[in-house]
Amino acid sequence: MAAAPVASKPAVPASAAAPAKPAIPPKPAGPTPQPWDNEFIHRLKKVYGSGIREASTYLGQNYVVVDFSIVDEILSAYRDDEGFDYLVDLTAVHYPKREKAEFDVVYVLYSFAKNTRVRVKTQIADGATLPTAVDIWPTADWLEREVFDMFGIRFEGHPDMKRILLPDGWVGHPLRKEYSILQQDKEWVQINLGIPPSGIESGQ
Amino acid sequence: MKELLENDRDFYGQEWNEVEKPSTYLDSNELILNMGPQHPSTHGVLRVILKLDGEKVLGTECVIGYLHRGVEKIGEHRTYTQFAPYVDRMDYVAAISNGLGYCQAVETLINVEAPPRAQYIRTILTELQRIASHQVWLGTHALDIGAMTPLFYTFRDREEILKVFEKYCGARLTTHAFRIGGCQWELYEGFEKDVKKLCDFIEPKFAEYEELLTTNRIWVERTKGVGILNGDDCKALGVTGPLLRAAGVKWDLRKAQPYAAYSKMDFEIPTGENGDTYDRYMVRIKELYQSLKIIRQAVDNIPDGPIMAKVPKVLKPPVGEIYHSIEAPKGELGYFIVSDGSLQPYRMRIRPPSFVNLQALDKMVRGLLVADVVAVIGTLDIVLGEVDR
Repeated sequence: MAAAPVASKPAVPASAAAPAKPAIPPKPAGPTPQPWDNEFIHRLKKVYGSGIREASTYLGQNYVVVDFSIVDEILSAYRDDEGFDYLVDLTAVHYPKREKAEFDVVYVLYSFAKNTRVRVKTQIADGATLPTAVDIWPTADWLEREVFDMFGIRFEGHPDMKRILLPDGWVGHPLRKEYSILQQDKEWVQINLGIPPSGIESGQ
Repeated sequence: MKELLENDRDFYGQEWNEVEKPSTYLDSNELILNMGPQHPSTHGVLRVILKLDGEKVLGTECVIGYLHRGVEKIGEHRTYTQFAPYVDRMDYVAAISNGLGYCQAVETLINVEAPPRAQYIRTILTELQRIASHQVWLGTHALDIGAMTPLFYTFRDREEILKVFEKYCGARLTTHAFRIGGCQWELYEGFEKDVKKLCDFIEPKFAEYEELLTTNRIWVERTKGVGILNGDDCKALGVTGPLLRAAGVKWDLRKAQPYAAYSKMDFEIPTGENGDTYDRYMVRIKELYQSLKIIRQAVDNIPDGPIMAKVPKVLKPPVGEIYHSIEAPKGELGYFIVSDGSLQPYRMRIRPPSFVNLQALDKMVRGLLVADVVAVIGTLDIVLGEVDR
């Protein structure tokens, strides 16, 4: 930490941005995802080829990244062939800087027989839709509605694709990164709660 | 509401024309009835729209979100340490369990393990919290069905547990008892004695509750065969916790994937057979005794040593994501945390058991009477703070 950055600092202040970087000593490397393979992954790779983007394990937790076009087939295969009979969670993560693949959609699956979890992840673009998982696990119903409510990702074939936590008329999807923590649908608040446009005082 | 009246909309895929009608059905109009959000039996601000034929329930639709505070969004704007008190406010009758799940999830992310002494303290407090949570459930559930006495009994005894919490960490309800990496406070002088005394005090009280209800004719009539959910339905609907166990599935995360000091404890997983409201009641009552068993074992064997692991003052977990879950009193409580290497989580997803369990309401109440809806909402043991987050 000590020697290198101190020496370089007064020497080249103008072009600091580019060469300064290698001077920072590398942090003690944390755990990194390790490739993960088993018979089932092997079989999936054989069938879908490059559709299976990645199969890794991180801190002892396994996950597969698959192409969004085959996600429902992968999920069905996990339930029917591997016995992952319980969809623990379904959620999304927003990466606005990742072009054409702004969202990660994450399915956490659990198998009662094997007592293991696996995460199936897929990347989709903003505005794209995913096939619903309600016909595979009925529990996906509300979870998908929540993902739609919070991120604006639509699931095709869902029996009732509407908001769940926020009111129906609300504009915007709060868990997107561009949605500020202070932001609210002022018009909706004004009409429905009778609060003047100056807004509610925020504690944030 | 208006829309529902105007056109015969979806009740989860089942059209009115396809609903099997009883033989006595006189082609009269079905009735749409609004229940809540300000209704004492909905345990908070849950609104249920019921579609009725006379008093028979044809379908329900839950309207939730009245208590939505955006906890997940707040999580993205707080550091890992700052966010810990917020999780107490989700399931506010089992705040310690929430805190344990969160601390363990972050510990998994930064690859730190709490020292054994902290694990034991955590186990004891979490099990005390489970008893307190089940007591709130029992009192309110019985009150909904018309038994008023259990409410006073359970709250009277829960008070003793809250006193221990207060003595340990200063707070009774939203305790924030644990920290990432262990516990903040050492046990106070005489904690073991207090807990043992509490166990001895509270065990005969469970028998008192049972005396009031288990063989009570009204209670049995109101709960047996009501709101049946079998094991396969539970798995398909993601229903966990006592509801799953009452359906005969012997599954508990404390046994399946042990955390804290549970692997060293000797306890049973009580299960039911029929998956009805009565079985769920019995399973929870048996869980009370099992929790006591765990507490007694743990309190006798608290190891010496530090209560905090070495955790950096400024928490910057490496880039990566983890899912960690614990067996909260209501079911599987999971945290899915994505770290981008900065001070704040990039994504903080909370998988609340109540939210997922509530989804089963529609399946459980179809064909029952309105009064049974109240019983079923009670038996689900939901906390709206957790459903809406």
